[in-house]
Amino acid sequence: MSKFKKNNKRESGAISTASLPDIVFMLLFFFMVATVLRTEEEMVKVVRPEASEIYKIEKKHLIRYINIGPPQDKRYGTEPVIQLNDQFADVAQIRDWVENERLTLAEAEQTKMWVSMKVDQDTKMGVVTDVKQELRKASALKVLYSANSRERTN
Amino acid sequence: MADIAFLLLIFWLVTTTIDSDEGVKRQLPPPVPPDMEQQEVKDGDVYNVRTNFRDELLVEKEVMSISQLKDGAKDFLVATGTGLLHPERPNVTLGDDNMKYPERQWVRKAELISLEQSYLAAGQPKAAARVREKLTAIELFGGDYKELPGSALISLQTDRSTSYDLYLQVQNELEAAVNELRDELSMAKFNVSYAALEERYSRTKEEALLDKIKSIRLVYPQRISEAEPRDASQGYY
Repeated sequence: MSKFKKNNKRESGAISTASLPDIVFMLLFFFMVATVLRTEEEMVKVVRPEASEIYKIEKKHLIRYINIGPPQDKRYGTEPVIQLNDQFADVAQIRDWVENERLTLAEAEQTKMWVSMKVDQDTKMGVVTDVKQELRKASALKVLYSANSRERTN
Repeated sequence: MADIAFLLLIFWLVTTTIDSDEGVKRQLPPPVPPDMEQQEVKDGDVYNVRTNFRDELLVEKEVMSISQLKDGAKDFLVATGTGLLHPERPNVTLGDDNMKYPERQWVRKAELISLEQSYLAAGQPKAAARVREKLTAIELFGGDYKELPGSALISLQTDRSTSYDLYLQVQNELEAAVNELRDELSMAKFNVSYAALEERYSRTKEEALLDKIKSIRLVYPQRISEAEPRDASQGYY
């Protein structure tokens, strides 16, 4: 049997786990810095289109969101609806909403508000156009069409 | 210790989403006063882009695929040549019917200087400042350039049943056309891309960078107008 016996009986010691907490903490801090807490529930399903000419807004507190897409809950139908904050809304409510959201900003920043439109890619333009017209009437002219980034095509 | 950290980590993993506030930026036009008069525009000065309810594209009365749109728009924006990088178009016949592109006009340094003087004499500092911007551009480019006529624009009209995806792709391609031309000019004159210029300016707020950005914008302005949408379901066809 000695044929199969290893001559070298030295074993390497177990890997030290002393640095494990450090690694975990590093991960933790990464996630804390890189993410934001989910502030509002998405009540509509939005598959964002892709675009190459992407602009990133740095001052996130200036952004207000309008979501447009089919409701998550099938009981509300499959036609695209508009979601403002945590509610379904009508096109006619947008002007009031803009006014209210503007008041939540500091006075000096009220003209700098961005409206980010998160619109499902299969939505028909009719709804989107109506929303845009209302935004114009409310003088909320800075609009971001939310999109995922992709490479520029040649 | 590690257990607690793990718990926290998992909590964050579950409750957060990676933030993605990015997209295509647009400035909507302000509401139109009802008594505004319609301006007459030359046919060649407008690049007509239309989309229909079947998500098809009609550009300058011809069916086009989305992949060709960017080059088409670039052609339109270069028009009869900028006097800087792009040579004059030899094959353009100017005339009422054949004029397919807007005609770029020379911006001459000598004329601008006297124009600025006359504006200043007339007490119109804003108009004078606009002339000054053009003079700065000529200085930075090292020579006169040709500008697009004020009425030249890209007009986009959608149908109410066009899909949002196509609409955004069209917007994206039109913006890509402008951005590519701006990049090209910026690389040639300032040896840095236009996107990099803008990015650097947003960090440093340097006046010299702003002058460069403005100059490039003078040569390639971004003018996209959105017409009132049509509605195929109401029988406009």
